[in-house]
Amino acid sequence: MALQYTSDEMMTIAAARKIRNGAPLFVGIGLPSAAANLARQTHAPDTILIYESGTIGAKPTVLPLSIGDGELSETADAVVSIPEMFSYWLQGGRIALGFLGAAQIDKYANINSTVIGGTYQRPKVRLPGAGGAQEIAASCGEVLITLRHNKRAFVETLDFLTSGGYFEGGDSRAKLNLPGKGPTAVITDLGILTPDPVTKELTLTSVHPGVTVEQVVAETGWPLKVAPHVDTTPEPTEKELAVLRDLNERTARAHAGQQ
Amino acid sequence: MAHITQLSDAIRDAVRDGDIVALEGFTHLIPYAAGHEIVRQAKRDLTVIRMTPDVIYDMLIGSGCVKKIVFSWGGNPGVGSLHRLRDAVEKDWPLPIEVEEHAHAGMAAMYAAGAANLPFGLLRGYIGTDLTKHNGRIKFIDCPFTGEKLAAVPAHRPDVTVIHAQKADRKGNVLMWGVVGVQKEAVLAAKRSIVTVEEIVDDLQAPPNAVVLPYWVVGHVCEVKGGAFPSYAQGYYARNNAFYKKWDDISKDRESFTSWMDKHIKGTKDFAEFKLSLAGQTLGGK
Repeated sequence: MALQYTSDEMMTIAAARKIRNGAPLFVGIGLPSAAANLARQTHAPDTILIYESGTIGAKPTVLPLSIGDGELSETADAVVSIPEMFSYWLQGGRIALGFLGAAQIDKYANINSTVIGGTYQRPKVRLPGAGGAQEIAASCGEVLITLRHNKRAFVETLDFLTSGGYFEGGDSRAKLNLPGKGPTAVITDLGILTPDPVTKELTLTSVHPGVTVEQVVAETGWPLKVAPHVDTTPEPTEKELAVLRDLNERTARAHAGQQ
Repeated sequence: MAHITQLSDAIRDAVRDGDIVALEGFTHLIPYAAGHEIVRQAKRDLTVIRMTPDVIYDMLIGSGCVKKIVFSWGGNPGVGSLHRLRDAVEKDWPLPIEVEEHAHAGMAAMYAAGAANLPFGLLRGYIGTDLTKHNGRIKFIDCPFTGEKLAAVPAHRPDVTVIHAQKADRKGNVLMWGVVGVQKEAVLAAKRSIVTVEEIVDDLQAPPNAVVLPYWVVGHVCEVKGGAFPSYAQGYYARNNAFYKKWDDISKDRESFTSWMDKHIKGTKDFAEFKLSLAGQTLGGK
């Protein structure tokens, strides 16, 4: 009998699978944190989770609500100050993989988490802003991005470029001399996009089970490039689903229980 | 030189209308009690600095204390928007707000430069991003040795920095541990400082290399038990994630925000009374 699962669960599981065991991983809050913790509790138990609060090697049992929850520092190998986090560890080139979410993304995997609509001074929606994202995007060895796939998020032109992917494509990132190589995969609730090796344009390389290429094209705000052969993402395994659901349930209980 | 005082006296003395104020804390040890007192004393025209302005800055902005905000991530962590910040930016309520926006690495460098008495902080950052188009205080310079293009941001020099820590001793030496954020730099960069602590003890029992701010670099030290609620103080109490979620409802519209502030903050004389007032209806709310 086929397993029942949601598109969000598929997204988180597909994102978790991209994490190599043992890599130091700079984790954004929300979807990236869920995927990183799932990876650590399945195929990548030695993943080194680094949160920008200064917690290095955190081993939380529930998903943190904020990037500085107490459990992160209690379980970390080291807790460092914020200036040290950003200068010695991130800028110092110690972190192999960065994992970010976003409100908007464009075809060169540049992301926006600052403002939507209107102008910068008078936006329609004011988002939290860059936080650590722009230096994570610049300085980690490589970057994974995860977000839900729809035309509001996958746009032809960003309202604001918060964190750089491949800028205008081609060698434009290389010309800026950023230390990291940039985003290597965008994992959504519909499929997986990877940058073209030369043009750096995001290309649909995998669709999740039950999703058609046409559907992904229709939910993308630019004419989406599709690989000659599009894979189907392997379905979640029983173990992946069980661990993810258990993690989410424990998290919900922990966050609701505090009075 | 440290002196141990009541929080209301410390705010009256050290926070003045028009000041540049940093209330720091990176999700941990956020000086909520001190922020409440700034609202109670109706300070005005403040420029508030913070890497991660959260609920306490939402309270200050919605209460009309703030003229300008300097920040790098303004949200309710794990929950969503700061509705009072958004209302000020998007609709000028209760007042228009000037925004100076950075990224975390830049803000950290600005505090570190302030603590080091340097004019600017230096980092490999901001390159190619839109923040540089809207913030004229982010500049680029060429490394005199390699020619590499690097970002330069001006030092933070707050008039007053406010932090919360776990302990102080009777002389005013301050000890903190856990996620220590940028608090040490923020205090050393400031002209004046206020430190609220969970408890004042005879002996800090600080191990070597602990984060200690010696009594002669801090100003007011005030004992306020639970003063970081709803954030947390490691070793004392956990982060109240439920309150952060609740704040989303309280702050969503102007009326519910104002009545909540009137009842629980302006209608109480200090943090102890605030806690009692909240307990009266579990988590406050509408």
